[in-house]
Amino acid sequence: MACSVDDIPENGGGCAFISGKQIAIFNFARRGEWYATDNQCPHRQQMAIARGMIGSQNEEPKVACPFHKKTFSLQTGQCLNDDEYRINTFPVMVKENRVYVAL
Amino acid sequence: MKTVSDTRIVVVGNGMVGYKFCEKLLSRKKDGQQFAITVFGEEPRAAYDRVHLSEFFAGKSADDLSMAGAGWYAENGIRLFLSDPVVDIDREEKLVRSHHGHIVYYDYLVMATGSGAFVPSIPGVEKDGVFVYRTIEDLELIQSYAKKARKGAVLGGGLLGLEAAKALLDLGLEEAHVVEFAPRLMPRQIDDAGSRMLQSQLESLGLQIHLSKSTQEIKGGDCIEGMQFGDNTFLDVDMLVISAGIRPRDEIAKIAGLETHPRGGIVVNNQLQTSDPFIFAIGECALAHHMIYGLIAPGYEMADVVATMLTGGEKEFLPYDMSTKLKLIGTDVASFGDPFVEEPACKTIRYENKAKGVYKRINVSADGKTLLGGILVGEAEQYNMLLQTCKAKTILPPDSEDLILGSRGGEEAGAGVMSLPDDALICSCEAVTKGMICHEVGENGHTTIDALKKCCKAGTGCGGCIPMVKDLIGGVLKEKGVYVRNVVCEHFDYSRQELLDLVKMNGLKTYGAVLDHHGKGDGCEVCKPLVASLLASLWNENILTKDLAVAQDSNDRYLANIQKGGTYSVVPRIPGGEITPEKLIVIGQVAQKYNLYTKITGGQRIDLFGAHLGDLPDIWEELIDAGFESGHAYGKSLRTVKSCVGSTWCRFGVQDSVSFAIEVEDRYKGLRSPHKLKSAVSGCVRECAEAQSKDFGIIATEKGWNLFVCGNGGSKPQHAQLLATDVDKETCLRLIDRFLMFYIKTADPLTRTATWLNKMEGGMNYLKAVVVDDVLGIGAELERDMQNLIDVYKCEWREVVESPELRKRFTHFVNTPIKDPTITFEGMREQKRATEWA
Repeated sequence: MACSVDDIPENGGGCAFISGKQIAIFNFARRGEWYATDNQCPHRQQMAIARGMIGSQNEEPKVACPFHKKTFSLQTGQCLNDDEYRINTFPVMVKENRVYVAL
Repeated sequence: MKTVSDTRIVVVGNGMVGYKFCEKLLSRKKDGQQFAITVFGEEPRAAYDRVHLSEFFAGKSADDLSMAGAGWYAENGIRLFLSDPVVDIDREEKLVRSHHGHIVYYDYLVMATGSGAFVPSIPGVEKDGVFVYRTIEDLELIQSYAKKARKGAVLGGGLLGLEAAKALLDLGLEEAHVVEFAPRLMPRQIDDAGSRMLQSQLESLGLQIHLSKSTQEIKGGDCIEGMQFGDNTFLDVDMLVISAGIRPRDEIAKIAGLETHPRGGIVVNNQLQTSDPFIFAIGECALAHHMIYGLIAPGYEMADVVATMLTGGEKEFLPYDMSTKLKLIGTDVASFGDPFVEEPACKTIRYENKAKGVYKRINVSADGKTLLGGILVGEAEQYNMLLQTCKAKTILPPDSEDLILGSRGGEEAGAGVMSLPDDALICSCEAVTKGMICHEVGENGHTTIDALKKCCKAGTGCGGCIPMVKDLIGGVLKEKGVYVRNVVCEHFDYSRQELLDLVKMNGLKTYGAVLDHHGKGDGCEVCKPLVASLLASLWNENILTKDLAVAQDSNDRYLANIQKGGTYSVVPRIPGGEITPEKLIVIGQVAQKYNLYTKITGGQRIDLFGAHLGDLPDIWEELIDAGFESGHAYGKSLRTVKSCVGSTWCRFGVQDSVSFAIEVEDRYKGLRSPHKLKSAVSGCVRECAEAQSKDFGIIATEKGWNLFVCGNGGSKPQHAQLLATDVDKETCLRLIDRFLMFYIKTADPLTRTATWLNKMEGGMNYLKAVVVDDVLGIGAELERDMQNLIDVYKCEWREVVESPELRKRFTHFVNTPIKDPTITFEGMREQKRATEWA
């Protein structure tokens, strides 16, 4: 269990501290989907992915790191504007107003 | 290593043209061609920029002037002998012998011996204190002698002589004189009227000019003490620089039996071959088309002709245009085409403005269709355009006086540089045409001056073409971009301006509603902040309410500037830069309590760095309790209105600039716009607040205020332009209301006011017509829209501090109150700094 649904703003993200790891959790309300990824951006090792804007590129859901706007697929973690980078993604389950992330 | 197939080339002379020949030969060399190049130079230094020699006295070092470092020759396999002139050429054996006894065989010999100063045979010319002005060594001698001299003169009022006179001024002599035999200055370039204008400009700078003076004798003992003239007048000087013309260095050629002209110069044909087909002559030692070309551009062209032929190409040296533009002691002087042609062969248009020291003359063909030549003194901005118009024989507009006067009313005359033909020569030093530059900009993406200098060498010679190159870059980009409809992103098929109108018309107030009505897909990091900014510009509601927080860019989302390491900086508003001691103390206390690094910003405020996300609401609560408001340093919005201290304290101030700055800042604080907005108010023309570098700047006058708009600092500084003169405060604010609203409504996203104006058709005239004259009839509406925004302003940080719902989002972790454990700082000068990027 990571947090409650209210902790994450609709169509935005928040960061949960789980087993010593920082995990970014996104409530993509517009699509009715939840995603979880590393909170650290591999470009400059900044802990800020959860503060990034989410959106879509064609149909692919993505998040943009607030520092230098590297964008990552929320589904695969692949960086969409720089082949060199990738982040980890994790499965998310929402049940009875609670958000669970499987690490 | 030299092999049998190497072509042996010896270059006699290592001046600018000799150097350029080596460079051209290397760059034109084809695969399989091998050259063994040997260069002999008489001076102790490798080739340097003689054109800008006078800058030596203005602080440039010999290294700064160098054409290429000593390493360049070695790297390119060129043997360079300095302080070692060639003394003998054996044309039978095809070898040269140098002063130091080096013997080098050649297949081809290139004479680039240049010229020396012409020293007229005046009695006394050998005295101490008499110099020529030609090499860095000459300059060093002049420099050292000038230390004990008070009064200096230059013999010769031509181009070089005036350069030398500038040197005397730079050396700080009490008196600097120019003595010219002819009745005018620069007799080969400008006419009598131009000379008079130039003379008055130079005299105002402290030079004393003596025309129609024939020097009979240089008086004195061992050292010069004065000059005796033919009209029985006498000039008391203790040093003299002779700059009475040049004399081609053809003595070696003469000894070798090459054909030379009785008045000097090695005679060459169109291929620049001397009377010996294996020997070429280039630069100022060569006599081509019956003349010596004493300018750098034709010298480089000669170098290119010979390099082309030696690498198997074909090229001729054609009669070369002798147009010049230069800055003489701060005064622009230019002449082009045929500057002297007289009526009835042409129609001459003259413009003279003694108050401004400007003289312009153009010679238009008798049928009024083409430009034959002209002269510009005091202001030569149009030189490049005029030169090209002249060379390309462009058909002139019916009012050809517009060429020098600019159009008076209506649209700008002509279409500028983009209307030139592709083969128009833009950089004459390096022979780069308009077509080549446009190709590099448009096809190869070289869109900066630096990039163009690298890829095609444009602008690397005299530098005179750089303004034109800039215009070409702008022109090509404009052709490619501006007329293309600029849609926001894949989610909105509208431009920012179109979207703003739609959102306003439909009264939409959330990002979701805008996306549903006018967009598709799920949005992205481009359209979200853009729409959020539009909504703020239209309704000025709190940017973190409704669904807007997650549509804001990172800084706006947390109302602070994200910094390295993930902490934030805090900037409270300090209107006009005025602050009480009590408030200063509060800032200090807050910084101490939350361990923040403090720094004064460029906008007269105080920035507090290194705040944890979770501390931001507490920090602001304390600041707001002390009477501070958000400074919006994080937003694309009004930042600060700088001020100088103004008439309340300053003995020069004519108006109370601080009070007005505070009023302006309070009026527009929180205003969101396509990009950030900066402003300043200065209390007098000394302009200490630097208002002319701001998006809108106000400068006090005796009668009121002058309003300037669309200035910019940053990487591409641009001066603001005058929008209104001597207006009262109310009018000034009304005009700013209109100006800012017009900008907000029509600018592309992330476009500063300067760029917005640069792209605007009709430019400043159009902006003035809309904002001041209200030709579109939207003035009242713009003012009303602005007043609505001002009326609903609230400090957004106060709203966050007072709302538990909004405060809740300011945490790093959503499931624990601890701070981000990865944040670390390092110590620096008794404060802290962010840890460097990993």
